[in-house]
Amino acid sequence: MGMQISNMFKTAALALTIAGLAACSSTSDTEEMPMEMTNDTAAADASAAAARAEQQRLERERMERDRADQAALNTTVFYFDFDVAEFQPSDRETLIVHARNLATNSNRRVRLEGHADERGTREYNLALGERRANSIRDFLIVNGASRSQLETVSYGEEQPAVRGQTEDAYRQNRRVEIRPAG
Amino acid sequence: MKQRNLLVLVLAFALSASVHAAELNIEITRGVDNPIPVAVVPFAWQGDGFLDEDVAQIIANNLQQVGEFRALPRANMLSMPSDEREVHYRDWRILAQQYLVVGKISRVPGGQMVQVQWEFFDINRERKVLGEVLTGSVSQLRDIAHAISDIVYQEITGRRGAFATKIQYISAEGEIGDMTYRLHYADYDGRRAQVLLESREPIMSPAWSPDGSQIAYVSFETDLPRIYIQDLASGQRRQVSNFSGINSSPVWSPDGRKLAMVLSKDGSPDVYVLDLATDQLTKITDHPRAETEPAWTLDSQNVLFTSDRTGQPQIYQADLSGGFPERLTFDCFYCAKAQFLPDGVNMVHVRRATRQDNSYSIAILNMQTGRVITLTDTALDESPSVAPNGSMIMYGTTYNGRGVLDAVSIDGRVKFRLPSPQGDVREPSWSPYLN
Repeated sequence: MGMQISNMFKTAALALTIAGLAACSSTSDTEEMPMEMTNDTAAADASAAAARAEQQRLERERMERDRADQAALNTTVFYFDFDVAEFQPSDRETLIVHARNLATNSNRRVRLEGHADERGTREYNLALGERRANSIRDFLIVNGASRSQLETVSYGEEQPAVRGQTEDAYRQNRRVEIRPAG
Repeated sequence: MKQRNLLVLVLAFALSASVHAAELNIEITRGVDNPIPVAVVPFAWQGDGFLDEDVAQIIANNLQQVGEFRALPRANMLSMPSDEREVHYRDWRILAQQYLVVGKISRVPGGQMVQVQWEFFDINRERKVLGEVLTGSVSQLRDIAHAISDIVYQEITGRRGAFATKIQYISAEGEIGDMTYRLHYADYDGRRAQVLLESREPIMSPAWSPDGSQIAYVSFETDLPRIYIQDLASGQRRQVSNFSGINSSPVWSPDGRKLAMVLSKDGSPDVYVLDLATDQLTKITDHPRAETEPAWTLDSQNVLFTSDRTGQPQIYQADLSGGFPERLTFDCFYCAKAQFLPDGVNMVHVRRATRQDNSYSIAILNMQTGRVITLTDTALDESPSVAPNGSMIMYGTTYNGRGVLDAVSIDGRVKFRLPSPQGDVREPSWSPYLN
């Protein structure tokens, strides 16, 4: 029984969501609709209210997701630990959004620019920067981007983001930047 | 923000009179215990007006910079002879001098040329070692001073001098995101600097052909790192690599026939050798980790390189036939960028001893004894380049937050600095003998 109601809710909620999306999310229409239903059972009333709440919740979620996706796409610099070529686990979700966006927009091409901090030799740092760019490139490919959309280039330690010999400066310089290719 | 292909090529020898503003100077930061005392008397000028260059001072500076000599201050001199007739050995013995250099400069009648007559004396033996007359234009006075220094150095030490050599180096100037990169060409002491290449994108890894007539470098001017060879006399240049990924670290073989380089076209950086006559490219290393920073052994048959195949960078040697590389360093957390000294036994490299010791130094590993001498004690030392006579190593380091060039004598006891008034300077590359 509980199961059935739950399913009913979901179906109603889905229908309303689609209606809502089609109507450009003008929720005031749906408030007029229950006029005839007022004579029906209290359960139906409750069900409609719940459906509305569910619709609003999904709508909020969708907007939050859009916002989060946009924020992820606006995050174009990814930082690395010292002497480490793997990006930080906390950047996974952000990079997945980038990968999906590339998969959806197959004409979009990006350039992955890898950088190292200034410690160590310049030519070895070129290798480190490339390895970092490649680790992000490979992750984007696994998550839907196409190889042909991605160009990698390493600048080693030649283009620091900030100056200075502090740990903080070094942390900001060990990075991969996603830029439009062109 | 990023301006592409804003690139200026400057012909080195078309601009002999133009000296770039960022001229370098020398500071002696440490000295040896018992340097050989040498007196270089100011050369008498027998013409009108003043000469722009103080030939005797250039000679004195040269000798002091290699650390084995101490030049007598002029204020202490009891007499200022300019030729043999005016030399009184007693004057110099009292001052405990071992060697004496005197000379005079006069204008060659009817022209812009000057002639420098100079003589060199052994005070203990009370004899003239040699004397000669050199002729050149006024703008060549520094060259004449370096030539005299080379002869004095060789007479005293028995080793060939390297004062008439040149260096290349890279500078970066400007704000983050708005940098200008330049490739410079200068005397070994940083004087008479000229710009060979200017770009809005990085320039790296300058190298010399063994005859000193050509240079190679990496330029990002197309937004990708590519290797170029440039002829110094004509300024003409050509791109010698265009592979996907890293194209870096060009180094001529000592016989001049091959160019070692690093390419990552197959997925990870590996060392390759390009035959310059046939354009044939041979892969020397083949490993999924990073192999980079090639340097030739003196016989042009083997290549040193840096690899992090065991985790951290270490130095290896491979032969051109592709045999299994031999690992050369074991006792360091980070050993990289190796190069043999002219003796073929001592190998200069960048060393970070332990993970805890967070500093990168210039060090020498003797391949016969296994002994390591650490030459520098600053934290961010890199890009060592050896003078052709093996007497000194120039390298890049950081001072007051800026990149500067330092040089250290091969025994580590003498250092001098070539500071620049602005921007970062780095990646010195010492020329071969040019005469």
